[in-house]
Amino acid sequence: MKRVGVFLCWCGSNIAGVVDMDRLQAEVERMPGVVHVEQNKYTCSDPGQESIRRAIREHRLQRVVVAACSPRMHERTFRAMMRTAGLNPYLLEMANLREHCSWVHRDIDEATAKAVDLVRRAVFKVRLARPLQSGKVPITRRALVLGGGIAGIQAALDLADFGIPVVLVESSPSLGGRMAQLDKTFPTLDCSSCILTPKMVEVATHPSIRLLTYSEVESVEGYVGNFKVLVRRKARSVDEQRCTGCGECLSKCPAKVPSEFDLGLGTRGAIYVPFPQAVPNVPVIDRQSCLYFTRGRCRICQRACPAGAIDYQQEDRLESYEVGAIVVATGYDQFDPAAYGEYAYRASPNVITGLEFERLVSSTGPTGGRILTPGGGREPQRVVFIKCVGSRDEQRGASYCSKTCCMYVAKQAILLKEKLPRCEVYVFYMDVRAAGKDYEEFYLRAREMGVQYVRGRVARVFPHGDRLRIRAEDTLIGRRLELEADLVVLASAMVPRPDARQVARKLGIAANQHGFFSEAHPKLRPVETHTAGIFLAGAAQGPKDIPDSVAQAGAAASKAAALLSRQEMETEPVVAEVNEHWCSGCLRCARVCPYNAISEREIRVRTAAGVRTKTVATVNPGLCQGCGACAVACRDGAMNLAGFADQQVLAEVDALCL
Amino acid sequence: MNSYLYYPGCSLAGTAREYGQSTLAVLRRLGCEIPELDDWTCCGASSAHSLDHRLGLALAARNLALAEAQGRGLLTPCAACYSRLAAAWHGVRQGGEVAEWLREILGRPLEGTFRPRSLLEFLVVEIGSHEIARQAGVPLDGLKVACYYGCLLSRPAEWAIDDADNPQLMDGLLEELGARAVPWAYKTECCGSFLALARTAVVFGLVERIVEAAREAGADCLVTACPMCQANLDMRQRRGRPPLPIFYFTQLVGVSLGLAPEVLGLDRHIIPGLPLLRERNLVSGPVGLRERLLR
Amino acid sequence: MVGSRLMRPDLQKSERLRQRIQELAGTDVGRCYQCGKCTGGCPLVEAMDFTPRQIMRLVNWGAEDEVLRCQTIWVCATCFTCTVRCPRQIKVAEVMEALRSLARREGVRSPARDILRFHRLFLAIVGRFGRLHELSLVMGYKVFTGRLFQDLGLGLQMFLRGKLSPVPERPGGARQLARIVSWWAERERKGGR
Ligand SMILES: Cc1cc2nc3c(=O)[nH]c(=O)nc-3n(C[C@H](O)[C@H](O)[C@H](O)COP(=O)(O)OP(=O)(O)OC[C@H]3O[C@@H](n4cnc5c(N)ncnc54)[C@H](O)[C@@H]3O)c2cc1C
Ligand code: SF4
Ligand code: SF4
Ligand code: SF4
Ligand code: SF4
Ligand code: SF4
Repeated sequence: MKRVGVFLCWCGSNIAGVVDMDRLQAEVERMPGVVHVEQNKYTCSDPGQESIRRAIREHRLQRVVVAACSPRMHERTFRAMMRTAGLNPYLLEMANLREHCSWVHRDIDEATAKAVDLVRRAVFKVRLARPLQSGKVPITRRALVLGGGIAGIQAALDLADFGIPVVLVESSPSLGGRMAQLDKTFPTLDCSSCILTPKMVEVATHPSIRLLTYSEVESVEGYVGNFKVLVRRKARSVDEQRCTGCGECLSKCPAKVPSEFDLGLGTRGAIYVPFPQAVPNVPVIDRQSCLYFTRGRCRICQRACPAGAIDYQQEDRLESYEVGAIVVATGYDQFDPAAYGEYAYRASPNVITGLEFERLVSSTGPTGGRILTPGGGREPQRVVFIKCVGSRDEQRGASYCSKTCCMYVAKQAILLKEKLPRCEVYVFYMDVRAAGKDYEEFYLRAREMGVQYVRGRVARVFPHGDRLRIRAEDTLIGRRLELEADLVVLASAMVPRPDARQVARKLGIAANQHGFFSEAHPKLRPVETHTAGIFLAGAAQGPKDIPDSVAQAGAAASKAAALLSRQEMETEPVVAEVNEHWCSGCLRCARVCPYNAISEREIRVRTAAGVRTKTVATVNPGLCQGCGACAVACRDGAMNLAGFADQQVLAEVDALCL
Repeated sequence: MNSYLYYPGCSLAGTAREYGQSTLAVLRRLGCEIPELDDWTCCGASSAHSLDHRLGLALAARNLALAEAQGRGLLTPCAACYSRLAAAWHGVRQGGEVAEWLREILGRPLEGTFRPRSLLEFLVVEIGSHEIARQAGVPLDGLKVACYYGCLLSRPAEWAIDDADNPQLMDGLLEELGARAVPWAYKTECCGSFLALARTAVVFGLVERIVEAAREAGADCLVTACPMCQANLDMRQRRGRPPLPIFYFTQLVGVSLGLAPEVLGLDRHIIPGLPLLRERNLVSGPVGLRERLLR
Repeated sequence: MVGSRLMRPDLQKSERLRQRIQELAGTDVGRCYQCGKCTGGCPLVEAMDFTPRQIMRLVNWGAEDEVLRCQTIWVCATCFTCTVRCPRQIKVAEVMEALRSLARREGVRSPARDILRFHRLFLAIVGRFGRLHELSLVMGYKVFTGRLFQDLGLGLQMFLRGKLSPVPERPGGARQLARIVSWWAERERKGGR
């Protein structure tokens, strides 16, 4: 019988305050195989670990149980300790006396009885533990960045500066994302494109970055260190190599459609670059609105192009890339306020969203930076902002606070006051959330400039001709308020992009109830996902402003770089194993595996009748995440999870039930 | 179509007589004979539920139970009745203690098998605007209407028949019949309801906003589906500007179907509506006795 | 208005009141975050002594006396504008209704006596005839409030248009309705004591 040592941790008073440790020790000493038991105040501390090492030496322990906190907390610590004590790290078992017992119980007798059970379970299991060896896989030293907004740009540049080759995939024709649509940015009011454009150019010219715009990820296969990504490069109809970016074609195109970049406030041709500073500065033909593609006649751009770059025959191309890590920076969308019938967004052109307002003040926007009402083309005398549209509203939108809108409203109010000092500006708010360096001061500046902050959620916006009548309560005095305005700006929330869940599925990462991608731990692992090797940056993970997006992008880049700085990587040995003798090749296991880690293969077996081939399941240990679904599905008992073999699990059951 | 029983409600015998008249005339003309619920009683609007939640449910529920016993649902033109019947129906459907109590005080079975229907929804959804237009002989050309739905058809979400801010059923129907339904924002603003007597000044103010907005939108008249709305709008417009006539939508549907003004009770409004209809050549024929007397 | 009255928090009282409203209206006033959207759209605020938002606040303070004794709950027209818009999904109109029911059950003296009169008269008529007879309601109300001559012209106009029928109808079901109404009247009486 294996010699088992059990180490009972007090965790200060966390455990010892509720569990009677001496009684526990007395019980544990009687368990089969247990040759040594001791108590420690803090087992995870250096002296605590040292005392385990000493006990292993002195009592020639072969198996170790640490009865302390959750394995999520310290399993790694104790496994490392095992190695330094000369034992295989997988000959350790933890019993969770804190989260599973002392934190959730009060009664000392009951808690102690439960602690005994928990330790007995661990002892029974660890007696059957086998040493496991982790393997090594090579790591592809290249990263994929998905999304070319500010977060993706920053992540790509940081990775490239580590000397890591980067493939940046951006679905739209240009880099830049939402930040390119902004006019000026809080809290410093520097011009958005002035600080963004140089970064975009740097990406395009960086020798380590391969920039794929107008491209989408078709599929992702493989696992950490070894992803295989298939990219669809959509047909631009313009040869990127030949085009000089002269722009001759743009003004000649007879088609006119609403510009996505200007959110429908301006127009573009069928051949277009989304905005003047676009990177790459190569147009794209939108085939849905191109006259040649829809009616078979036109070809004006082809005649106009001095470089012969127009290529109507171009087709989508698929390219495959091998990468070791992925940074997801696909950004956000703005909430569609059509859900608020009472705010008349659909009914009046003079009710606009925050992002539309950005285009309206931007000097590259449809009005050249003059603030004019979209309905009447007049300079507004009075503008009303309504905050929390689609956010903090379970009735019409979502429960969360969109975090950036308080600040961008303050910014837009300031810009208005700067451009039109005589214009009256009202901001209807419920709370002003200005937590951030220099943010409160920025908001106060808006107030000092004469912006009227009114505490109340607007109830209704009535269009009256091309003016708007707003009704709300001033909740600070409890009176109803009514005023007319020329322009209403809805601070629309940041929401996940409509395809976010699809992207999550493709990548095998999780999204929260709203559709923002989930980090592995909200506090301690904020840029990692639950899928190893995939990291998050920017607003795809939750509403965020530019400083936060950039900071997170840097963090994601350095996490990815840390991974890619190694030549090879240890694999987790807790993976499924097939007993090929028992496997009947039914492949039920393959169907339940959520990570597609199981495939079939032919083996040769010698039988009484001679050698023949048979089909068996085989597990790719790189893909297997050790979830154990296959082991349950297998009817032949051929599939076992290392470290959780059937005999071990049954021993645990026995320990608790017999 | 004979899965309904007709529930007129109290107002349709009194202040909203023309609504009742025009409803029956239109239904008859469209070939829908819907028998009246025998022995119906008041639904309680708006006082019963103002005093006590359960009392309000019980008064309405009695009628539901009578109809259910005959295997039918109720069809009512009155928006207030609809709202109360629907509230009771909803209460029954939710089950639990309230539903039990209702069955007990009524001394009748009641399962809420049949959802009550408002006449507007019935005409638009079950008969179909298109079908009505097909049978109509007089296009309402040149008539600019502001469709006013009020509160009771558009809220709350549990039994609203249309959108809370920009409902379309009536607009669609009247447009199909040739009228122009002006877009405007006050379709579901409250007219003050039963407070016309007790808080008259406030109701005058509410009515004024609604009527002003309709006028600003270019409407010749307002069209309603609720006796209380009609009464408030018809009787509480401030003097000064020439008033806008307030029709029941059934009256305009009737005009379009070629029914005579007296049959539709068009001579019963406080603010005369017939002059407008005559001016637009939608109504012809001699001026009736009451019309002449009240001019 | 009692804007400057001293308030003493009493969380137990507040909990109790919220609980009773939860039972009657199926909604938790505790969720209110005081945004004022209900009030901004309420057609009758001008006739109220507390705005609907303030009513929610008072409920959360457990200020039972005030919310059961105010004008607001009686002036509310149950138009549901507040309910469909509340971002916290509080059924505000239903809360008003619950407070009225509570006020009646507790026999609280209401400042909106005229409105109460109107409702009680309505019920008296419906309880007697089974259907509403509008002329009786209007006349009765005017006698009660002493506003006999207000709207006299209108009444005449309506009469001439055949909109006021002089005699009430009385269907057979009136008896059953009377029973329901007397269930309520009984409870009112108990509350009054
Ligand atoms: C009205 C408004 C004003 C604002 N003003 C400010 C301000 O003044 N200061 C400030 O700090 N912040 C401001 N913000 C916030 C700022 O816009 C965001 O913080 C920032 O844009 C987030 O960057 P991102 O890269 O995460 O996302 P995005 O800018 O959304 O970029 C995402 C990119 O990914 C691409 N993409 C998406 N899906 C895919 C896919 N499946 N495959 C490939 N590519 C994909 C998109 O095309 C896009 O280019 C404002 C926000 C709004 C709404
Ligand atoms: S071919 Fe298409 S893109 Fe080119 S100019 Fe004509 S419409 Fe524009
Ligand atoms: S004209 Fe030719 S070279 Fe010039 S921008 Fe257009 S495609 Fe490029
Ligand atoms: S950031 Fe401000 S405006 Fe945006 S949801 Fe939060 S509180 Fe509302
Ligand atoms: S709308 Fe809802 S959350 Fe806002 S004040 Fe009214 S009840 Fe409270
Ligand atoms: S239901 Fe009552 S409180 Fe709510 S908006 Fe209507 S009148 Fe005001």
